[in-house]
Parts: sequence; C-alpha cells; structure tokens
Amino acid sequence: MKAPPVDYVRPRSLTEAVGLLAHASVEARVIAGGQSLVGMMNLRVAAPGLLIDIARLPELLTVADHADAVTLGACVTHAAIEDGRVADPSHGLMPRVASTLAYRAIRTRGTIGGSLALSDPAAEWPAVLAALDAEVVLSGSSGRRLLKCTEFTTGIFQTKLAQNEIIESVRVPKLSAGARCGYVKLCRKSGEFANALAVVVADPRRGYSRVVAGAANGAPLVLGDASHLVAEGPHDPDTLRGTIGRDLDRASDRHFDEFQRNLHTAAAMRAVQQALL
Amino acid sequence: MTAIHLHVNGAAIADDVPPRLSLADFLRERRNLTGTHLGCEHGVCGACTVFVDGEPARSCLMLAVACDERMVETIEGFADDPVIAALRRTFHQRHALQCGYCTPAMLITARDLILRKRAGSEREIRDGLAGNICRCTGYTNIVTAIAEAAKEIGKEAPNAQ
Repeated sequence: MKAPPVDYVRPRSLTEAVGLLAHASVEARVIAGGQSLVGMMNLRVAAPGLLIDIARLPELLTVADHADAVTLGACVTHAAIEDGRVADPSHGLMPRVASTLAYRAIRTRGTIGGSLALSDPAAEWPAVLAALDAEVVLSGSSGRRLLKCTEFTTGIFQTKLAQNEIIESVRVPKLSAGARCGYVKLCRKSGEFANALAVVVADPRRGYSRVVAGAANGAPLVLGDASHLVAEGPHDPDTLRGTIGRDLDRASDRHFDEFQRNLHTAAAMRAVQQALL
Repeated sequence: MTAIHLHVNGAAIADDVPPRLSLADFLRERRNLTGTHLGCEHGVCGACTVFVDGEPARSCLMLAVACDERMVETIEGFADDPVIAALRRTFHQRHALQCGYCTPAMLITARDLILRKRAGSEREIRDGLAGNICRCTGYTNIVTAIAEAAKEIGKEAPNAQ
C-alpha cells in the first residue's frame, strides 16, 4: 500500500527540530532512516501528520571517542557500524551485531537511534546496548537528560522518550582489554527479526558482567543470576541451563511458552559459551 | 507539494512531490523508470532496491522528499557498468531468472556484494541475497551466476574492486 498524506519538514539544527516537535499542532513524528516508520506508514499502521527529517543533522552524525566511552550520534547507520567506519567500544560486538540486522539495503539507511526510539521487542540494539550498559542522551525543549538503556526501553514499543524529545546520541562504555562477548540471534532466515536474542558481556577488569535476553515479549530482559554466574567464569552446562531457566521463569510477566523458554535458554547458553570459551 | 532537486542516473532533476510519495513511485510514475519493481512495499521482498548515494537502499522505504540533494541510480543507469555487464551475461548463461520480476534488484544487490567483496563464497552470496526474494528459481542459478561474475570481475581488475 501507499503511505497516507503527510507534511514534511527538514530542519537545519537539532534545536530547530526539537522546537518543531514541541510546537506541532498535528501528530509529529521524527524520521531518520525511516526503515520502520515508512513501512508502518505504507501499511497504514502509522499515520503522522508531520514528519520531521533529522537524518542529515550534523549534531546527530557526530561520533566522539572518549577515554572510557564512545558516543555515537543517533543517526549513525547500522552499515557504518558494520563497516567499522565509526569507533567501536565493544571489541567487535557491535559490528557483528550490525551485520546480522535486517539486510544491507536496510542497514545503509536505518539508524541506531531510530532502532532505540522504536524499541521493537525483537530488535537487536535495545538488547545489545542494555548488555553493554550504554546510556542514551535525550534532547528536549527543557534541556538534555541521560538515561541508562536498561531503563529507557520499558516494554513492547514503549520507551521513556517524551513527545517533545529526540534521541541525540548513545554513550557506550569501552570494554577493557580481555573483556569477552557473546551474541546469538535465532531466526529462520538471515536478516529476519529474531525469535530469540542473547547478548553476553563479561568484563572482569571492570567487575562487570551481564546476560540479556532480547525478543523477550517486552523490554530487553537482564538475566540476573546468569550474569553473576558469568562473572565467576565457566560452569558446567547443567548449572548454566538451570540458572538461565530460573531467570526466565522469574519473569512471569513475559508469559513465555515452553517453545520460547527453550529458545531463549538455547540462545543464552550458546552466547555464554561463546563469551567464556 | 515539496520541491526536490536530485540526480537520477547522472541527470539533474527538479520536481515538486507530495511528501508521502515513495522514491519507488517517484522513479516509476514520474521518471518512467519502470525497471525498479514494487513487491511488498514494506522492505521485505527487495524488488525495489536501488542505489542511493552509492549504497543500496529500499526505494519503497525512502520518501522522494528525503532524496533531495541525493544521487539515485537505478538499473537503467547501469547500462555501461562493467559489473552489471558481467552479471547480465552470467545471469543469461546460467538461466538465473524466470519471470524476471526480482531480477533488476538481484543485479543491483549482486553489484553491491561484488563491489564490497562479499561474494567470495556460496555462503556469503546466499547471506547477501537474504533480503531479495525470488519465487521462481530456487536461487541456485542466481548464486552460481553471481559467483561467476564475481570471479570474472576479480580477474579483470583485482585492485579496482
């Protein structure tokens, strides 16, 4: 189908974009790569009155390489991350994730900020950024605020992004030397949305470890006991499987059926083994 | 209506378009470039893939207004492109198409894979084609044709890829 009628504006600065968003008299939506939004408009699932195009705002394309973190502008594309055209704080985890995300022709336009803003439950970045303990920088008419990615996504397509706010950047802590990662995406065809995602980050030097399940019927799910187990080092498979299973069962609000529970367990097991082997 | 200025297959174009118009419909309906096909119109089938600023993109998921000041290349613009010429030949020789609906975008996607050196093995080619659906061939001949074209291009210009 075709998208419904809409107005369009391309502001020249982030301040102008935030102003337009705050003062719009119709439902205004920010568009960056548009790889989800235009599809949703074509399917008539979304029908905004005004599109505010931020894809080329220089403030949102900036990448800053700090001593302890990398800040990626919200409009950095998946392809730029895949190709290593931007600094990588994650020892190759982020480029690897990017290369599994949809298809190249989508990755060249889709952005990391757009993925977070939509927070599709099956999307890669919300889970991966939660596992990396990243923060999101939000810009609104009353100023700027910082939120942990683990707090930012609150549910299925639900975030703490206010109507007058735009994601400005993502701040990803740098992994220390010797940190290990695991990433497993289970889906039936390369590039499809995940049926289960598991991300593991183990960074002993910073005393940090986290196991996150994505595509988990809600916001990315931090598997707390499994995270502690990973910090201790390799364990036998039965202990690991039992711990992951208990973590999943505790999240009773996710209503995993047996198939999903097995899928998430398998993904998490493999990701932990990748990280610790 | 919004005024846009862009390059399509090397030619400077100025037009007034409604913001909801997709790049695909702009190319097909306004420029008569009907080699770009529309299948699903939500980014899954890949039939509408074109190059935007030198990178492959779904023309059904890009608004024409967002292509203001950008450079768009469609299958019609690659008549003299050496990679597309090689692909055209191997697709013909290997019978890599039946109905032809997916073919223009298969060529566009294959060109990108070859130029980025992502067509070195069957696995790599199949991975790179995951976003382009063909309902006729079963892909085998498409994969073979791309592998042969990649080899040919690599031999002709090993440093120019």
